[in-house]
Amino acid sequence: MAASLTLNKITSQKGISIAEATSRVADLGWTPTYVQEAETFPTDYRISKVPRDPMKQVLRSYFPMQEEKDNRVYGALDAALRGDMFRNVEPRWVEWMKLFLAIIPFPEISAARSMAMVARLAPGEELRTGFTMQMVDEFRHSTIQMNLKKWYMENYIDPAGFDITEKAFGKCYAATIGRQFGEGFICGDAITSANVYLTVVAETAFTNTLFVAMPSEAARNGDYALPTVFLSVQSDESRHVGNGHSMLMAMVNDPSNHLLLERDMKYAFWQNHAIVDAAIGTLIEYGTTNRDKNKESYVELWHRWIYEDYYRTYMLPLEKYGIKIHHDDVSAAWDRLVKKNYVHKIAQFFAVGWPVNFWRIEAQTEKDFEWFEHKYPGWYAEFGDFWKWYGRKSVPGQTNMLVDQENGYVYPHRCWSCMCPCVIREDFCVGEVDGKLYTYCSEQCRWTHMVAFQGEYEGRPTPAMGRFKGQRIWEDCYHGWDLAEAIKDLGFVRPDGKTITAQPHLRFDQRDMWTLDHVKGHTIQSPLVLIREMTPEQRDAHVAEYRAGFKIKPCNGACSNGHHHH
Amino acid sequence: MEASTTPVKSGAAGAATFAGSDSRKFNYYDPKGRKATHYEDVTLDVQPDPERYLLQDWIINFSDGTPTYSKDWTRCKSADWHKYRSVDQEWEKTHYQRQSTICGTIQSVIENGRRSGAATRFDKSWVKVLQDHLGAYKHAEFGLGTSLMQAQRYGYTQMINNVILTNSSYKLRFAQDLTLYLGEIGLDIEGGIDKDAGKRNWLENPIWQGVRRSIEEIMGATDYVEQYVAINLVFEPLIGELFRSGFILQMAAASNDFITPSVVSAAESDYERNLANTVEFVHTLLNDSQYPLHNNIIISEYIDKHAKLAHAAALQLQPLWSLPRVKVATFADSYDRARNRFSHVLTECGLQVPTLA
Repeated sequence: MAASLTLNKITSQKGISIAEATSRVADLGWTPTYVQEAETFPTDYRISKVPRDPMKQVLRSYFPMQEEKDNRVYGALDAALRGDMFRNVEPRWVEWMKLFLAIIPFPEISAARSMAMVARLAPGEELRTGFTMQMVDEFRHSTIQMNLKKWYMENYIDPAGFDITEKAFGKCYAATIGRQFGEGFICGDAITSANVYLTVVAETAFTNTLFVAMPSEAARNGDYALPTVFLSVQSDESRHVGNGHSMLMAMVNDPSNHLLLERDMKYAFWQNHAIVDAAIGTLIEYGTTNRDKNKESYVELWHRWIYEDYYRTYMLPLEKYGIKIHHDDVSAAWDRLVKKNYVHKIAQFFAVGWPVNFWRIEAQTEKDFEWFEHKYPGWYAEFGDFWKWYGRKSVPGQTNMLVDQENGYVYPHRCWSCMCPCVIREDFCVGEVDGKLYTYCSEQCRWTHMVAFQGEYEGRPTPAMGRFKGQRIWEDCYHGWDLAEAIKDLGFVRPDGKTITAQPHLRFDQRDMWTLDHVKGHTIQSPLVLIREMTPEQRDAHVAEYRAGFKIKPCNGACSNGHHHH
Repeated sequence: MEASTTPVKSGAAGAATFAGSDSRKFNYYDPKGRKATHYEDVTLDVQPDPERYLLQDWIINFSDGTPTYSKDWTRCKSADWHKYRSVDQEWEKTHYQRQSTICGTIQSVIENGRRSGAATRFDKSWVKVLQDHLGAYKHAEFGLGTSLMQAQRYGYTQMINNVILTNSSYKLRFAQDLTLYLGEIGLDIEGGIDKDAGKRNWLENPIWQGVRRSIEEIMGATDYVEQYVAINLVFEPLIGELFRSGFILQMAAASNDFITPSVVSAAESDYERNLANTVEFVHTLLNDSQYPLHNNIIISEYIDKHAKLAHAAALQLQPLWSLPRVKVATFADSYDRARNRFSHVLTECGLQVPTLA
């Protein structure tokens, strides 16, 4: 029967089964007797159960599989260049990649580092191969993303901003919101950071918006490189989700862990929402030129992936183990997205501060307005005028948006927890820790700082829990500085020494570009410094006024998008 | 006050000229050579540093006040931790290519060997050596891999942590290579290979206790530089190469075994790279603009400590050389070579060679 004859059948020989292979590999570990292994990353959790490896893969099949994935990625990048991708790419989109790709390689490599933190915590070595593959995966993600960024820099019309990328990550007033998403993976209680925050929440829930929704939008904007790289990245995530879940299952049966799991799920869910939805929501809704009304909006995607997939099928089942799930936070996050315009207000904030960014943000136009109003009814009444003002103020010589009083925008406070701006004014709140006043975007973020990140939780000592530190409020770093001086200090100036890296438009002509001279003479102020200087009465009045919100003034007359059509 | 230019239709490089339109290189770090390498571009400054661009400092601390990354995680000091570059310049693409090539080579060696019935012709005494002692040694490699996995969290820069990460990846792959190899040839050998024998020897056989002690000392070290140096400058030349090259590679052929040397030799080429990376790392520390002497003292202390353990462990391995029926190498010769290699490596680094007695 020649039909059934294959090379494989002729050459195949008996091997050991994958189950046998993984069980032998898991047996490589032993309990040291001469010297105790150093437990250098503390946790308050107790892990007495051996976590099981759900993936059953060994390294000798992993490496060739990954190499094959890489071959496809690099082949596709070459093909994109041969197909002249950049001739047709939408600059509005690529500009936002300067922000996104500045942030993401550090969280990725942090995830590799976090494998050191979880690997020794659990008894047994069954998950070691899973952790090893994740460690190498994250090394892959970090460097493949750096490579993509370099590739954009080499081939896109305006490389400025890509050329300073890792420096910009550490300095920018927008990139700062990505800081928690990175350090949060590797600092503090090892399980809180490396398991719950990173794997159980960020990777299991939010990588879908990061690595699946983003690529779709990229493709709609003529960018075939990002989908190639990020879908390849996402294909590694199921392994990480498996690691995280397995570790979680090794802890969940011990009731002494339940209180901590409840705390960490709450913290991690809320903060992932605050950060990822701010950044990715903005990129997807405002970085696109595609206004197809049939495509899902960011909140529709969120409902599918975060609400239906994650909340209903991953979080809810944890209740049967006795973990308290904060349903109210899930619906509060949903409300922030659909009723309180979280993403739109963050996008507005990013745009207002364009001079202290390092990429171009152009004004939204009539075509965009129509789509927004269709997907988010009421959008135009609240944001239409703002974007008209923005277009009008995009011409050098105008007062820039950050310091302009004419349009009615009130610069927001920052949140000490998520480091995002407190853009939902009615939810703004303050709190005192060790005699110092702090500002928060929401009650949940106030709880995160004041209750969760402390040495005790609901009467239980939590000696391993991390602490919020550093200059968490970006504006504090430049309080009292002249705007032009701050931009120089940030290094957000182009090689001619005077043209600003960021621009509030996509006009690739020197005559349209803002220089330091256009922005000097304005002083940056930190809202936190100011509120701390207030008397208690002034403060109360200020908080009440802040919570009442503001209204953008009508942009009448010459409010076009700033561009003159020939 | 309206802009007056026509929009550019293309998003491609060169479609327009303006300030910065030709700024197509990462400009926030100094390349080591005249031009930035690809490795440098995808590696440098990804792990940030408050002394460089991290404007807002580390934003989380451990409960004892230690920040996310700390220079105090080693006793070594540096005026510029960012100076180091790995010699092999690995980033993800080159790492997977190399690992994948090794996996493919090893698998085809094993497949073709098995197809020719090679394992059935191994000398019986040799089969027992593989079962008990190559089986024991795989645990040593695993211990090195897990130590390095731990260590890659602690370095002060991306360059240091990534080079430790790839080292870990190589070691863990090799530990698995040996494990699966023994499982597969066991299918062809009459009576099979006892899969638990290796671990039993590792845990109980006096021959292996010195090696296990050496490995556990490395696993238990809390200074990542100590771990990295102890592995590549001490354990590898004195024990790793001694066992792999000085025993397995030399003895196997005389026992009718041509497969095992091919499987094991992969670790030798891995080590050449890891060694080069480590020598460069130590060289950077010993030539630091501020702390060369301090680092020499600390690193010498580590080498001294681990060399004593490794030396004692090596001597305990001596009975292995009597086990094969056909003895084509002696422990004395092999260990002489290992010691020479050890001395040579340390001398190249500019370090004192400790007396091994």
